[in-house]
Amino acid sequence: MKFLILLMAGTLLAADPVILKMCLRSEPKTFHPLKADEEASETVRFLTAGTLLKINRKTQLREPSLAAKWKTADGGKTVKFELREGLQFSDGTPFTAEDVVYTFQQVAAIRSGFTDSLRQGEATPVATVTGKHEVTVRFAELTPGWERLIDGLGMMSAKSPLGEKAVMGAFMVADHKPGQYIALGRNPHYWVRDAQGKALPKVDQIRLDITANRDLEVLRFKRGEVHMINKVEPDIYQALATQMPEAVRNAGVSFESEQLWFNQAGKAPIPAYKLEWFRSPVFRRAVSESIRRADLAKIAMKGLAVPGVGPVSPGNTVWFNQKLTADVYAPTVALEKLRKAGFQKKSDGLYDAGGHRVEFSIVTNAGNKTRERLAAMIQADLGEIGIRVNVVTLDFPSLLERITRGFNYEACLLGFTNVDQDPNGQMNVWLSSGATHAWSPNQAKPETAWEAEIDKLMKAQARTVVLAKRKEMFDRVQAIVHEQAPFLYLVHKNVLTAVHPSVRNSLVTVLFPHVFSNAEQIELQGLGTYRTAR
Amino acid sequence: MKRLAAGLLIALALAMVAGQFLVPARYDQQFRESTDALPGGDHPLGTDELGRDRAARLLAGARVSLLLAPAASVLAIALAAMLGLSAGWFGGWWDRVVTTLIDLMISVPIFLVLITARAVLPLNVSPISSVMITFLLLGLLGWAGSARVIRGACQTHLNSDYILRALASGSSRTRILLVHLLPNLWPVLRTQFILAVPGFILDEANLSLLGLGVAEPLPSLGSLLKELTHLPSSANWVGLAAPALLLAITVGAFEFLLPPKEGAS
Repeated sequence: MKFLILLMAGTLLAADPVILKMCLRSEPKTFHPLKADEEASETVRFLTAGTLLKINRKTQLREPSLAAKWKTADGGKTVKFELREGLQFSDGTPFTAEDVVYTFQQVAAIRSGFTDSLRQGEATPVATVTGKHEVTVRFAELTPGWERLIDGLGMMSAKSPLGEKAVMGAFMVADHKPGQYIALGRNPHYWVRDAQGKALPKVDQIRLDITANRDLEVLRFKRGEVHMINKVEPDIYQALATQMPEAVRNAGVSFESEQLWFNQAGKAPIPAYKLEWFRSPVFRRAVSESIRRADLAKIAMKGLAVPGVGPVSPGNTVWFNQKLTADVYAPTVALEKLRKAGFQKKSDGLYDAGGHRVEFSIVTNAGNKTRERLAAMIQADLGEIGIRVNVVTLDFPSLLERITRGFNYEACLLGFTNVDQDPNGQMNVWLSSGATHAWSPNQAKPETAWEAEIDKLMKAQARTVVLAKRKEMFDRVQAIVHEQAPFLYLVHKNVLTAVHPSVRNSLVTVLFPHVFSNAEQIELQGLGTYRTAR
Repeated sequence: MKRLAAGLLIALALAMVAGQFLVPARYDQQFRESTDALPGGDHPLGTDELGRDRAARLLAGARVSLLLAPAASVLAIALAAMLGLSAGWFGGWWDRVVTTLIDLMISVPIFLVLITARAVLPLNVSPISSVMITFLLLGLLGWAGSARVIRGACQTHLNSDYILRALASGSSRTRILLVHLLPNLWPVLRTQFILAVPGFILDEANLSLLGLGVAEPLPSLGSLLKELTHLPSSANWVGLAAPALLLAITVGAFEFLLPPKEGAS
């Protein structure tokens, strides 16, 4: 009887686990750290994997992690890592230099988008044990920006019976109900301590509910059933700002942009005279200078963006070309340029030298209110210089079919998601042979001199590891893109997130993940109120 | 009541025709310094998120939708009446053909047909052409449900006592069709028409997903009705609710104006 009373008292007094709750928009395709290629899997990898070094999401600079220090040699082809001693995987298996070698062997054995990014041709980096706690990694070729690749390379255990489930991150996968949730439990062997020397992480569990419906996610956030939203759209941000002003967080300018481009593909089934306009840098620049970007940022983006400058957003503090500024609205100058190029403004609109009325369609994806607003504003701005624009919204698969396969479109308004700080992550966009060289993809050889110059510069910057030299070359790429305007950058969006008032220590950053890059430090306060939020 | 309904519809028609003189701005003019403005002197119903006058857009949208949606409904109901009535009247193999066609039209996802239509249409279509094509497609594709109802009603009447009595008393088939059957089917046709108009208005708005329907900057009642989703977070409930009110008044006025539902047998 006494035992039973004690048991009941113990049960009543035992603290509920502190659970931080977030949503994933889709089911992770894998929990394997080397196979994670989409956002849901990358979120789980970020929270569970331990890496040799990591990019500090706040400063955007590299810092030590499982490796206490490292040194490059052989002109940058070789990196020698000195590992921390006495670390263990989540199941207690010791972390050794052999595990690093094993991880690199797995990179060679497994084909995925992530492991491909570590390959040079068919060669993968080779790791060898060169000391008791020392590993030397040799890249087949110079790999500028190798730090960002290592930042994503979750260490795997060579000896643990749990295989890839043994992790070095702050959390480990504890439970998974497909289609419902993933519970990440505390890693009992996590090595990082807080400033007071206490064990991390501070919460007992992170629960990732799989919820594709963003409205539902916001509704649950308002009720305190979800603690953080990694990314919210401007409309939702504004609505939340009025209802829960203490919950919205604006991290500043993101790496993402909204842009407009004209179809310049030779095989495009569009009239030859239109292709001639679209291939003319004078025409593209004139269009660019006739758009009121400040209005786009203020009205279409609800003031939660800045006017678009170029391929690199000002949010990318390392690579942004500081000499560039957003095009100034100058319709008179634009019309003068067009007049010199043979265009003529008449009472009913603008005509080219061949007497064709300047009219084109802009396609964008249906259902995206922000883009619909941007398109309507561009339509009004270009109407002022006599250009007639027809806005066409299409379902996303049809839009992709048109811009990537059939090339049956004239101009397209879309946003490019760029989570990679380093320009090497944009090779497929800037190389003329690239599949996402959107205005004229898959070129056998560069069609213009400026595209040839960009090809040359991009390849050259990829062959050096000296940051200053790379920056100089990529600055020139940015300047060329600004001059030639293959993409008209409209706005750079802000990183908009929502963090419930019960969450403490969340570091909101421009780099992904925007609200939980320091997940191990995050605490929940007011537990009496919010612990029930499960 | 009929006079009131007629008065409302005439006033609406006049407003649609003379709309540009009644409101302070064009429907596509963007007052970027006064976005999301509340109803006031310059803008009787306020402005939308791009600063466009809501009253001007309401009148322009009403002009588009209240002309084209009834036209599409007339087309759809005419097709439905032709096929439904002939199937019910002739019966036999023709009835089977029409019934199969109706089943086919109902079972084939209409969105697939519309996606195909969008694929073959050029992108550079003016906003008004785009919306006209959409309503034409809606009219051509939207007859099946009504045809089934009309066919059923026709068969019910043909088997009823009054038709049998008319046949027994030597009435010709033409007389039965024109004097007895058609007047009795009128309430069905009328109801189908009334139901189809708001349905087509909303269908048009949803078709923007496929790149069909009204395109910027042209408004339609459907596209304006979709803005009702902003109602919880907007202070301008008058401006947002106005299109719904206009649609309700218009459909209600039609209801009062059209001949009564009772048959004329």
